[in-house]
Amino acid sequence: MHPESNRFNRALVLRSWLKKVTLLLLLSTPVMAVEDVVSFSDESLRPRYQQLLEELRCPKCQNQNLSDSNSPISDDLRREIHRLLEEGGSDHEIKEYLKSRYSEFILYRPEVNSATWFLWGAPVALLVLGLLILFYFSRRGRQRLEASPGVKAPNSAEQQRLAALLGNQSSTNENLGANSSDTINLESKETNQ
Amino acid sequence: MNRLTLFIPLILCVALGSFLYSSLGKDPQELPSALIGEPFPAFSLPALSDPQRQVGTADFEGQVVLVNVWATWCFACRIEHVWLNDLAEKGVKIIGLNYKDDRDMALEWLKTRGNPYQFSIFDSRGSLGIDLGVYGAPETYLVDANGIIRHRRVGVVDDRVWNNEFRDLYQQLVGNDAP
Repeated sequence: MHPESNRFNRALVLRSWLKKVTLLLLLSTPVMAVEDVVSFSDESLRPRYQQLLEELRCPKCQNQNLSDSNSPISDDLRREIHRLLEEGGSDHEIKEYLKSRYSEFILYRPEVNSATWFLWGAPVALLVLGLLILFYFSRRGRQRLEASPGVKAPNSAEQQRLAALLGNQSSTNENLGANSSDTINLESKETNQ
Repeated sequence: MNRLTLFIPLILCVALGSFLYSSLGKDPQELPSALIGEPFPAFSLPALSDPQRQVGTADFEGQVVLVNVWATWCFACRIEHVWLNDLAEKGVKIIGLNYKDDRDMALEWLKTRGNPYQFSIFDSRGSLGIDLGVYGAPETYLVDANGIIRHRRVGVVDDRVWNNEFRDLYQQLVGNDAP
């Protein structure tokens, strides 16, 4: 191959790569997460710490968990959780500790009790209800299909008549009265069959 | 029966509508308090005016007090402060909880704006704040003579809030000579 065209090809390849990278950068959304640099005496505490931050809600900002939020209160609570973990508190104890202060609101996964049974139960109840409705209608549909003698396709005479009726309807408006009576006749005929 | 089932959508619609309507006036920022009916958490923190002096629940034991969370960085506290001065003049005992603040700035604030507090607790790291479930300032707690938290208000207390939420309860707790 000619060296000149080779260089040209390489430039093309480079350009297409640059385009791809730019597109990728434009499409990617930045991940917003606030994470302090925390150190643990025992590294096995870190995943539990992360897990707790995911599951606990920032009391001030409401729609963020403690790991998302950078409000001062979340900062304090992260420090508090870190302290409790280092002191050997279990996940349950830490959640109870925060619940007793900030109410159940702070748990993103609230326990099932008198106030939250509906929250937990509603999806299951709705699913069961939906399945029952689906079952009911599918059974009714099948029964009806079995009970009816079957819908016959219109024969050629009927088809001609139908075409004539439809043709009349679209051409003039004066025959509307006659048309509608024809339609009624057709319907009554069908039900007779 | 079949005709009645036609009303199901209407009934659902009315039910949902009335539920949503009843929720309209509620403040979604307001958290249910976990501490109503619970004793005020024990603490030992320095007083704002004197770093050497430690204060605790014993300092307001046997009295009906308001505990007011405030800070110089809190804008709404400026508005509330004027009102608290008036309330203190009427004889209501108020304890300040200076929350995550700078001591010098807080003392300066009390000097220029007046001091409605019996004393202020200096909670620079917010540890008592966490025990109380504080998530912003101002907040006000009504504590009875047995040290039990009876009411909590998140946000500014003014005449309307006092009359609606605090006055009756306060009068009941101290006797009838209340504002």
